[in-house]
Amino acid sequence: MMVRSVLAAAGVFALMQAPVATPVMAADFVFTAIPDQDETQLRKRFGKVAEYLSGTLGLKVKYVPVKSYAAAVTAFRNNQVQLAWFGGLSGVRARELVKGSRAIAQGKKDPFFETYFIAHKSTGLKFSKSFPKKIAGMTFTFGSKGSTSGRLMPEFHIRSAFGKVPNKVFKKVGFSGNHSRTIALVQSGAYQAGAVNYKVWNRDVKSGKVDTSKVTLIWKTPPYPDYQWTMRGDVNKQFGKGFGKKIQDALLSMNDPDLLKSFPRAGFIAARNTDYAPIKDTAKKLGLID
Amino acid sequence: MIARPEPSPLARTTITFVGIAFVCFVFADVAITTVDPWQEFRLLLIGIVTPDFYATDSVALSIGYTLAFAFLGVALSNVLGLFLALLFFSRIVRTFCAIIRAVHELFWALIFLQLFGLSPLTGVLAIALPYAGIIAKVYAEILEEADPAPLKTIPGGTSLLSAFIFVRLPDAWAHFRSYSMYRLECGIRSSAVLGFIGLPTLGFHLETAFKEGRYSEVSALLILFYVVIASMRTWMKRPLIPVYLIGAAVILPWGVSFSFDNIVRFLTEDIVPHPLRSGAGWDALWDWLYLMVFEQAVPGTIATVQLTMIALVATGFLTIVLFPLISPLLLGKASRFCGHIFLVVARSTPEYILAFILLQLWGPSMLPAIIALTIHNGAIIGHLIGRYTETVSLRQDASKGLNRYAYEVLPRVYRPMLALLFYRWEVIMRETAILGILGIATLGFYVDSAFADLRFDRAILLIAITALLNICVDAISRSVRSRLRLQTSLKQQ
Repeated sequence: MMVRSVLAAAGVFALMQAPVATPVMAADFVFTAIPDQDETQLRKRFGKVAEYLSGTLGLKVKYVPVKSYAAAVTAFRNNQVQLAWFGGLSGVRARELVKGSRAIAQGKKDPFFETYFIAHKSTGLKFSKSFPKKIAGMTFTFGSKGSTSGRLMPEFHIRSAFGKVPNKVFKKVGFSGNHSRTIALVQSGAYQAGAVNYKVWNRDVKSGKVDTSKVTLIWKTPPYPDYQWTMRGDVNKQFGKGFGKKIQDALLSMNDPDLLKSFPRAGFIAARNTDYAPIKDTAKKLGLID
Repeated sequence: MIARPEPSPLARTTITFVGIAFVCFVFADVAITTVDPWQEFRLLLIGIVTPDFYATDSVALSIGYTLAFAFLGVALSNVLGLFLALLFFSRIVRTFCAIIRAVHELFWALIFLQLFGLSPLTGVLAIALPYAGIIAKVYAEILEEADPAPLKTIPGGTSLLSAFIFVRLPDAWAHFRSYSMYRLECGIRSSAVLGFIGLPTLGFHLETAFKEGRYSEVSALLILFYVVIASMRTWMKRPLIPVYLIGAAVILPWGVSFSFDNIVRFLTEDIVPHPLRSGAGWDALWDWLYLMVFEQAVPGTIATVQLTMIALVATGFLTIVLFPLISPLLLGKASRFCGHIFLVVARSTPEYILAFILLQLWGPSMLPAIIALTIHNGAIIGHLIGRYTETVSLRQDASKGLNRYAYEVLPRVYRPMLALLFYRWEVIMRETAILGILGIATLGFYVDSAFADLRFDRAILLIAITALLNICVDAISRSVRSRLRLQTSLKQQ
């Protein structure tokens, strides 16, 4: 019986502790990023960014890793992070949910992002300038369900080319989870073709991670706006007047080649919410947002 | 001429279920589509035999978190479960318990993630709530099956509370204790799996390592996980429970704040169907419902039932093969030791991991899911039946070898095995949920998609349908069990 009551007491104790936020938290500025590729990469990359921002802003900046695109948006919505590195679609979703939040910075080439369609060598598909209609009837994998370059844009082009939803076009449709996985799955032949973020593809080809004798690039989409830093509208209220401007400046003036190389971006330029209107329209058209 | 004997009800039930599974299998998509699976598989094998224990950052902490969520979740569910068990005479309580246990802990976690964010409360409640529903049912059954004789001996006027504490509880206590141990093992497994969606447990690192193809790290994490589970009986001592619980409460990072507004918003806005929320009118609501039912719920339900039925029957076949591995009636001590290790590994490996590996090998189809569920559940029931044979005594002159297996042991364990299988039926169905997240188009797939799209109205509707399906299966299973007079008490082991 004693065990039971101790057990109960400990349980209640644990519960009562929970809703009381520790005061330290309020002072920390927290950001996250969508898990679009190898998470070790992300942790290395954003760990450095956190250090850089801590130094520039003069307060403790923390990076929290999340497991999904939706988790990144949810954390942003619930004010558990105040800043996030989003993709086009996740950024649109986040800004729809949080009134007053703003896209503040994007990579220099992010307004002209691309998706690459890749295929296993056994399909016999070669690179072409026009949409590879021959992929119909094959097995095909997207990246994450919430990805712009891995889901939204490729699905848009597939639907425009065939006038049908992907499930009707392909023998099988999968969602690999992230871009690195997409490459691995097509390379192993688990799927015959897939859609991948061009930056991840280029990086992995360069570093020799991709076996180009097994998987090959077959098509490039026209450019579209993608990644951006988005900030909550109420940061000034939480961290003092002009804080939002300070963050934006810190991001835009990031010029340490080592820091930028890990993204990889040549530098950051200012972004506005309206830059992503094409993404929002496409997502509405595909029924991915209500 | 001798009339052909009627097949026994046991045989008839078996044949019916095998028939259903066969039909499901014929219509299932089980094609193997990979072109070049061996490359990745070779890397996987190399990784498995070269575990790297230093690859993961703060692995000790993540083991600590895994245990902490499990301890607090199981402790809380014990308290809640016992309380609910005492009220189990009420239909409302029984229904409530059926609903909370019908939803997979992963779905609970996804819901709580919306309410509390990445607070430890999310993990603790995701385990505690469904477990409370399960524990309430099991404890109520234990109390019901307890010997009524002691109650008759107490003097009149004894208060209900005293009667419960001094008469009913002592009798049931040993059962509660052993069942709690089993639940704790489940809790550790669940806790690890919650890492897949972002809680800081072993699963967090496991999923990352898997996705990135760092198989040596995968191997190390799995080994650590097996060691924790297999060694449970050595460190899980009763006097240490308070220490563990306090330790668990202390190490979890409670600091993450959450606001009451989020909770209110989720419950009053987010889960209201979008057409209603935006005031788009009844036509729009009708379209929404049509889409949800005919494009998601119906195909999802068909795939879920299909997968469940095939996996259930396949689990039965695998059990028959596996239980001898640890049965003293059939094998010697050394072989049984190896058998034990094999079964611990097979039943502790989360089905998600198994399906993930098989997906690499065979490409996307229902086959990886079927095999993963079968191995996982076959090993669990095989273990329970193997242990059950320890209590079976054979005649001195019983036959040996295959004859002993086929004519002495198998017939004796067949009824309890069916009982466990039918009991497990609902569990298997719940587990199909997690495989949906891997892309196998069960209801879990559509739920995962809804969460990925941040469409909580859709997610909640689909979860409700999933729960309803589970409750139906549970009811069918109960009626089959009672018709065949299959005892359920074995599951308390």
